[in-house]
Amino acid sequence: MLNRFQNGLKKSRENLLSHLKLPFSKRAIDESFFEELEEALIMTDMGLSQTESVLLDLRLKAGETKNLPTDELRASLVKIIEEKISISTIDPFAEPHPKAIILVGVNGTGKTTSLAKLAKIALDRGLGLVVGAGDTFRAAADKQLSIWAERLKVDIVSHQIGGDPAAVVHDAIAAAKSRKKEIILIDTAGRLHNDRNLMEEIKKIKRVSVRELGDDAVITLMVIDATTGQNGIVQAKEFNEALSLDGIILTKLDGSAKGGVVVAIAGELGIPILYVGQGEGLLDMSPFDPKEYSSALFGEGADV
Amino acid sequence: MFDSLTEKLQKTFAKLKRHGRLNEAVVDEVLREIRIALLEADTNYKAVKELIAKIKERAVGSEVFNSLTPAQQVIKIVKDELIELLGRDFTKLNTSPKKPTIIFMIGLQGSGKTTSSAKLAKLLKSRGKRALLIGADIYRPAAIDQLESLSQKIEVSFYSERDSKDPRDIIERGIKAATKEGADIVIVDTAGRLHVDQEMMDELSELEKAFRPSEVLLVVDSMMGQDGVNMALSFKERISFTGLVLTKLDGDSKGGAALSIKAVTGSPIKFISSSEKLDGFEEFHPDRFAQRMLGLGDVLTLIEKAEAAFDAEETAKLAEKIKRDELDLNDFLEQMRQIRKMGSFDQILSMMPNIPGLKAKKLPTIDDGHLKRIEAIISSMTKEERGDPKIINGSRRSRIAKGSGHAPSDVNQLLKQFNETKKMMKQFGKLNTHAKMGKKFLPRIDL
Repeated sequence: MLNRFQNGLKKSRENLLSHLKLPFSKRAIDESFFEELEEALIMTDMGLSQTESVLLDLRLKAGETKNLPTDELRASLVKIIEEKISISTIDPFAEPHPKAIILVGVNGTGKTTSLAKLAKIALDRGLGLVVGAGDTFRAAADKQLSIWAERLKVDIVSHQIGGDPAAVVHDAIAAAKSRKKEIILIDTAGRLHNDRNLMEEIKKIKRVSVRELGDDAVITLMVIDATTGQNGIVQAKEFNEALSLDGIILTKLDGSAKGGVVVAIAGELGIPILYVGQGEGLLDMSPFDPKEYSSALFGEGADV
Repeated sequence: MFDSLTEKLQKTFAKLKRHGRLNEAVVDEVLREIRIALLEADTNYKAVKELIAKIKERAVGSEVFNSLTPAQQVIKIVKDELIELLGRDFTKLNTSPKKPTIIFMIGLQGSGKTTSSAKLAKLLKSRGKRALLIGADIYRPAAIDQLESLSQKIEVSFYSERDSKDPRDIIERGIKAATKEGADIVIVDTAGRLHVDQEMMDELSELEKAFRPSEVLLVVDSMMGQDGVNMALSFKERISFTGLVLTKLDGDSKGGAALSIKAVTGSPIKFISSSEKLDGFEEFHPDRFAQRMLGLGDVLTLIEKAEAAFDAEETAKLAEKIKRDELDLNDFLEQMRQIRKMGSFDQILSMMPNIPGLKAKKLPTIDDGHLKRIEAIISSMTKEERGDPKIINGSRRSRIAKGSGHAPSDVNQLLKQFNETKKMMKQFGKLNTHAKMGKKFLPRIDL
């Protein structure tokens, strides 16, 4: 398990490093240094305001001591990013049980695949599972989920396409209660955060879950694609306002995207990142480690 | 972004009032705002740099300095340069002289290939073409089922094999099936793949060599960030795609990545996709897109949509009524029905030029339930009331409420909505006339 986790990180580390040109081999810390660093930071998708705040911190550091060695500045950069994304997290599977974990997000971020990976984590921890097929909109979404459920040998509750997702959730919770299962994993339809009707629908899904299980026993996680640009901040803000999110799952970090938008999400909205998805296999998900992420982006060896 | 860019520029220029003439310092401040806006829109860092240099070159020229309306001038320059980047003309689909024309849909996971495949098939069908959809994504669970179920919805032929391990076999037999039934176009939905996944890229490259499609469309999520350019360049290295499809434009992302991809790969954006409904798919018009990005609206698309949904004679009658400010509740009901046909209010509004104060208002969404309520309330009104809603007083209101089985507050809400719509329509009516007269419409900016 640990080995796989390290491999995953190594993989994402290799990819994270591709194309990111860091100016730390420069001899002098001058304006062109900061300009190149600005480009590198922007290229991670952390956004202009986070970039500016990072650069300001670094300028202060560089100003304090003249001729600050670049590797010290690099260490500061890693530290600054790490601090921005270090937010106390929760264990989504912890008691009280039964507990519902609802996955939300815009279309195509990888909710269903992430759900399967979470299911695997729960099973490995010896927790009993019921999966709720709350995406009653997308053609064959229920089928995609039931294929996963079959592979994992877990119970699935699904209704017909076009049905009320809140009713699916209600039934899934009832099933978990009667079968004495600890965790209910709920897949939901992808929805754009500016679609008022669908945002009302997702609020209802959460309301129903809270009514059945209590506030402490409902976890809402937003799934976000690592390739997402600045719109990711708007997405997180809107979903957070509607549902008060417990955390973020960052997917598809096995591409060359850096997923820097989570720096902005954590830095500006204070929402913690819980997991990172790095592939299509069931084991390709690991807990998010701020330190690892930050040094994979900017640490030693990052600009090879 | 560009909505706020327009606002920011207006503010910057408003400062000029105090300073008098335009000077280089102000231009630099303006460029700073434009740069921020472009970066916040996910436009590629390098593309922004080049764009800003070009804009500066033109902005410090006499064009802006001698103008009495520098904000308009700068916006015009930005718009021109954006259009330049997006490509001046819209490009049509390549077709093969021998039937069927083969189209590949390719891209990252989750970009919207399957939905776009079905939407494209529907668009082609509406133009009298016979299309056949091939489900060649053997990896994502139920991807083939998804495409099949969409093909049934739009009533377009479909081919796939569920137990096949090789997309090549599926495509080959799919094309045979298409030839047999005389299809004009075959659309192949390929599996989503990461551009860094060599094995999957090899597969795609081999498929391209084997079938030589006339069109290979790279499907790009409009919410994509800075990595879009890397992604597109990696795809381009292996597959010579012929165009881009920009998806999820009903979100509020600005699509700067797509603009950058077009700029670095030279491949035109051919289609844009918005809404989860299967008719939210249009040919891409760069000028319109740039206008929409700038918050100038997309009056042309709106007019086309309106014309498709409205009866021409009705439209003329309505336009006349709007002009004379005579819109009544009968028209309103008819409007609601028509607008429902055209799409959501939000969608329509996003195509409208910036009308001050209008976008800030929460406009009602119209769903079927809503429409039913409106119908019930309006049909409980007398002819006089419908013609002149101003006469509806307290007692009339409670009668209407009782008659329609709704609360008096519902009646109030409807009337409020009617007045807002009336206002909006009046403003739109004005713009419409401008557009028809061929005037370049720019928002009035008070300096």
